[in-house]
Amino acid sequence: MNTLRRALVAALVIGIVKPLAALAAWNKEAFGAKTAGDALESLGVGNAAPSKDLTIDAPQIAENGAVVPIEISSAIAGTTALIVVIDKNPFPLIARFDFKEGALPFVKVNVKMGETSDVRVLAEAGGKHYVATKEVKVTIGGCGG
Amino acid sequence: MAAGPMKMRATLGQGFTDVRVLMTHPMETGQRKDSDGKLVPLHFIQNLTVKVNGKPVVEAQISQAVSRNPVFSFRLKGGAKGDKIEVSWLDNHGDTNSTEAAVA
Repeated sequence: MNTLRRALVAALVIGIVKPLAALAAWNKEAFGAKTAGDALESLGVGNAAPSKDLTIDAPQIAENGAVVPIEISSAIAGTTALIVVIDKNPFPLIARFDFKEGALPFVKVNVKMGETSDVRVLAEAGGKHYVATKEVKVTIGGCGG
Repeated sequence: MAAGPMKMRATLGQGFTDVRVLMTHPMETGQRKDSDGKLVPLHFIQNLTVKVNGKPVVEAQISQAVSRNPVFSFRLKGGAKGDKIEVSWLDNHGDTNSTEAAVA
């Protein structure tokens, strides 16, 4: 009886822990941060050096904040991750892309912007961080309704 | 409403493979109100994985600030015709979807 109960408890624990482990890949703390500084701190990004090898291709003026196309790429050797932050969005951290062997540090994606803001892209290469910034003006916000 | 269709195209560029993928997802921010003035709850893709011939090459974590029906472009080093590209996502409801395409 006791062993049966233990087996049941063990089965339950495995059933609960497994899905949690699968979700742990999403950094809840960093994505829930309300300021860019807090978000970057949760990601362990300290001082980032400005770099001209990081490219942000985004419109100067976005007419529709609900769909702002941005294209980011890094020419920094050994770039393993790109992080996108929109300073004035309610939740500034937009995305973190981790690149393994076989991928180029390049991403094109459409994002929502609540208002005119700096778009910051950070690159991680060899344990160091680099940053580039571009301001995008928004005439109609894309976060409310 | 849940997992809608995905579309993907992978083409050889000069020295790289261009992967373009479209996902069907509402990407609700949790801040929009419906016609009754009630907040529409958060519903968005959180994780995204790109695999080449079964090997993960890009792993992304994204927020609700990615536009509705997200479109992503990635670039892979080299590549050859027939390489199998697989993209899958996981949202905050635990729903998943994936699609496969061969490099053309």
